[in-house]
Amino acid sequence: MALSHDEVLAGLAEIVNEETGIDTDSVKMEKSFTNDLDIDSISMMTIVVNAEEKFSVKIPDEEVKNLLTVGDAVNFITSAQG
Amino acid sequence: MSHAKLNQFEAVNFSRIYSLGAARGNLVVTNDDIAGPIDSSDEWIRQRTGIITRRRAGIDQSLMDMAIMASNEAILKAGIEPKEIGAVIFSTISHPYQTPSAAALLADKIGANPAPAFDISAACAGYCYGIAQADALVRAGVAKFVLVVGGEKLSDFIDPTDRSISFLLADGAGAAIVGPSDEPGISPTVWGSDGSHWDSVSMTASLLDFRDGEASWPTLRQDGLTVFKWAVWEMVKVAKEALDVAGIKAEDLAALVPHQANIRIIDELVKQLKLPESVVVARDIVNTGNTSAASVPLAMHQLLKDGSVKSGGLALQIGFGAGLAFAAQVVVLP
Repeated sequence: MALSHDEVLAGLAEIVNEETGIDTDSVKMEKSFTNDLDIDSISMMTIVVNAEEKFSVKIPDEEVKNLLTVGDAVNFITSAQG
Repeated sequence: MSHAKLNQFEAVNFSRIYSLGAARGNLVVTNDDIAGPIDSSDEWIRQRTGIITRRRAGIDQSLMDMAIMASNEAILKAGIEPKEIGAVIFSTISHPYQTPSAAALLADKIGANPAPAFDISAACAGYCYGIAQADALVRAGVAKFVLVVGGEKLSDFIDPTDRSISFLLADGAGAAIVGPSDEPGISPTVWGSDGSHWDSVSMTASLLDFRDGEASWPTLRQDGLTVFKWAVWEMVKVAKEALDVAGIKAEDLAALVPHQANIRIIDELVKQLKLPESVVVARDIVNTGNTSAASVPLAMHQLLKDGSVKSGGLALQIGFGAGLAFAAQVVVLP
């Protein structure tokens, strides 16, 4: 069964926390991965792969550059779940 | 129709690495030395790559110079005569001649003439490809001793303004002597390629484009994030399979010696493999940089030299890079 936006956000926040140590409460929809959370491209790719596994979705490499905010990622994952 | 009975090579049971040799570029290049043209900084490069210094060869030091130095050390440590070498395999992507091979010249320079000699092009997987071939040649009885060299002078093929890979790259050569053994010393190799990502790590242009004036001197470049993803998550599978076919578990390892591509790849590999603390992880990239085919033997040589690991322990070595090509095997440390 597809997860809700809130459930995806909570799961993604755990992944971001695991990779970067950033508090899960700081991972909000409007936050920019690079500007607000200071996540570099290599950490972003790690987060993407972990998200693919956790949510059973495929996030193409060429799509990653479009995921600027946490909300972008949550929306993409939610849609990709079908 | 009958025919006279043929002789074939008589196989031997096992092979092992007898010794290693190492040579690094004679210049120590800092991040500050190269940060300007890529509008970067020492801190950014350290954080993204783990590299503090990289070793590069000056104009007075050739790829062949480094290969000879590393080979002579390996031959001396193996306690064999150069004439006993039955094959020379040179893995390189930076020998500046289409032909003849670097291996044939190296064989002559080290006193192994007329040993069969050939180059292989498997980039950062090249040394592990070479060990796989040497293992097969020795156990098949084709050659008693095989010299395997991974050597690069990558600084001839970099663009100082390239932010994708050039700032990682370095020069060096690592050499190994493989020969017969009473006990298994080299596990089955897990190796392969994925040409569907042929251009993920590649040159900016072909030599024909350069000849025709359509491109400047070809240099190395990569799709960093795609390669990072492949190098970690696909290589984790390869590493696990290598342990499996070797019949050992991660806790049996004394060391992990991955291709020294980037400290972030190495750290993530270690994390994904869930290696026990007891396994020493080679991080030679910090002081040497990424030397492609030379990185695995250089890193293993350094671990042995500084006493981090002892001869006789087991090491998982894994090379991966342009092709995309990969190879992994467990070896007994010489």
